[in-house]
Amino acid sequence: MNQEEQVQVLGLWGSPFSKRVEMVLKLKGIPYEYIEEDVYVQKSPRLLKLNPIHKKVPVLVHQGKSIAESLVIVEYIEDTWTTSYPMLPHDPYERSMARFWAKYADDKVMLTLWKACWGPESEREKMVEEAYDGLKYLEEELGDKQFFGGETIGLVDIAADFIAYWFGIAQEASGVMIMTAERFPKLQRWSQNFVRNNIIKEVLPPKEKLMALFKAQFGNNASNEA
Amino acid sequence: MGDEVILLDYWPSMFGMRTRVALEEKNIKFDYREQDLFNKSPILLEMNPVHKKIPVLIHNGKPVCESLIQVEYIDETWPGDNPFLPSDPYQRAQAKFWGDFIDKKVYGPTRLIWGAKGEEQEAGTKEFIEMLKMLESELGDKTYFGGETFGYVDIALIGFYCWFDVLEKCGNFSIEAECPKLIAWAKRCMKRESVAKSLPDSDKITKFVPELKKKIGIE
Repeated sequence: MNQEEQVQVLGLWGSPFSKRVEMVLKLKGIPYEYIEEDVYVQKSPRLLKLNPIHKKVPVLVHQGKSIAESLVIVEYIEDTWTTSYPMLPHDPYERSMARFWAKYADDKVMLTLWKACWGPESEREKMVEEAYDGLKYLEEELGDKQFFGGETIGLVDIAADFIAYWFGIAQEASGVMIMTAERFPKLQRWSQNFVRNNIIKEVLPPKEKLMALFKAQFGNNASNEA
Repeated sequence: MGDEVILLDYWPSMFGMRTRVALEEKNIKFDYREQDLFNKSPILLEMNPVHKKIPVLIHNGKPVCESLIQVEYIDETWPGDNPFLPSDPYQRAQAKFWGDFIDKKVYGPTRLIWGAKGEEQEAGTKEFIEMLKMLESELGDKTYFGGETFGYVDIALIGFYCWFDVLEKCGNFSIEAECPKLIAWAKRCMKRESVAKSLPDSDKITKFVPELKKKIGIE
């Protein structure tokens, strides 16, 4: 494979955004070079050059050109490598639904879950309610399907990666229990299917490392009481 | 058999304008239904139960929500000979990147400019100008964001143009002075029938904003 063909991913080991890109590349069997960018310590000149607008990871570099924003990157991969493991259905209406739910998981639900775990105490109750609402819609949308994408992992599953893996660890670290098996049995089942997938599990960051990171960055709720 | 296309919309919404422009560009006949966002209709609540927001595109009874998703849906469903998105994957990714940028970075500041006061308003104005300059830099000397043809990013941004007058008045600044190329681009877009039909007059928006503020309880 020549230099131009090579795919590079600039990422961060613990980031669900970064991992989305790696998951899709691996599912499609696309080899890539991974470059860790410790954005919290120092943003490298390379990163600032490749993503001058947002200065964030992940960034995908292919054929000398860079693409930023994880879900934009996922669709780029889908458009470029068309023969293996499709992430989106063919039908325009089904595609618009997948994009809708991916955006919902990414824009709305993820933020609500994060705030519910670690937002200010005064807003906790409200955030938890919003978290329940957000997850409720996803639970309904999932229904009895194995994945949001049907029998195989699709765009929505990838966009909801935080919910499948990171959120469980965040709940443990913060002590705030929201996505329980009782309240959300389908999402619970789905998250287990997702993290046990042979390819996905190779990509996920180690639980202990994430747990340590969350505890260090956010402390424990009990200790944050004003 | 014809298609039944309904658009649930709110006349001043720069998001709704995207879908209007997209439908007009493709010459699709649609039933425009004005919504009262302060008294949401049963059809709106039924068709967009998750967000309860406009615009909602209903095609043969099935709803599509979120304006940029609608624009892409329209492009995929009625391809015709004027695609909004290029076929090259990298160019497509660039278009989607900028559409996402407009949603995440441009809309928020506008809310502060007309809705806030003092330092908050100033911060909004500063941020807005910075974001517009990034867009202007991306446009460069091209006719449209995608090059020679009117497309996705143009559609994503043009609805903001009719809000420029009121933003300038509220924020006490001149967009033309800061971003002349962007104004020139907007005027080019306004010459298109699809855009002229879909955007309300700036005056209407300028008169509307004080009423809106009263309705949502600011000032």
